[in-house]
Amino acid sequence: MTQHRVAIGNEQDVVAARQLVRSVAADEQFSLLARTRLATAVSELARNIVRYAGGSGQMEVECVREGGRSGIRCVFTDRGPGIADVDLAMQEGFSTGRSLGQGLPGARRLVDQLSIESEVGVGTQITIVAWR
Amino acid sequence: MSTTIPILRLGPVLLISVQVELQDATAEALQQDILEQLEQTDADAVVIDISGLDVVDSFIARVLTDTASMARLLAARCVIVGMKPEVAMVLLEMGLVLPELETALDVRAGLLRLGYALRRVAGEVEGGRA
Repeated sequence: MTQHRVAIGNEQDVVAARQLVRSVAADEQFSLLARTRLATAVSELARNIVRYAGGSGQMEVECVREGGRSGIRCVFTDRGPGIADVDLAMQEGFSTGRSLGQGLPGARRLVDQLSIESEVGVGTQITIVAWR
Repeated sequence: MSTTIPILRLGPVLLISVQVELQDATAEALQQDILEQLEQTDADAVVIDISGLDVVDSFIARVLTDTASMARLLAARCVIVGMKPEVAMVLLEMGLVLPELETALDVRAGLLRLGYALRRVAGEVEGGRA
């Protein structure tokens, strides 16, 4: 099964991450809208790593099959400060940085599954899945 | 290295066409350049063509709305043109309705919205064909 990995350290990597996921989604025959959704979600999450985790992270992209359906799973891992209050971070309009506070909640709206594991001082892992 | 996006001056209109993958720093630099041009020239209108953008996330949306708001404070109007339908749908799904953003389908419609029209001038023009 196809698997890709990109380091996320700076703004250029944010562009690389969304380009990678868009091309994987195209290979998996996702519709134009579905590709755009996923690439936008990836852009938000990759940028969060650059902004809040000091750019010490990576994204792994994997095609997944379950039953008769196929999808794409992206796992974002960073060794940043962690998220103290995940529920708060998921709220729209909440931001500790200079943004609309739409990154995380916006990404969640664009994918079928989003889960967060975070430990303060250790890092954060966010997993998203989009089904075709 | 981030790229620089050129700003074309068509008389009182600043025309920008974003045809590259937009990095954050590039977007912020463009915003700065537009504001400088508005301050230093007699331009009173800005048209930003984003038909080359496949993805507009919350940051880029923020830069676009901020640019439009700042232009307004400098007595200019800013219209965003050429947004792809799938980009518009994704922004909406994210909950970003962006009511403060003026939009038009393409550059021509954007110019019209700002009160300018592309018109053919009758007769020969020296140095070119009319």
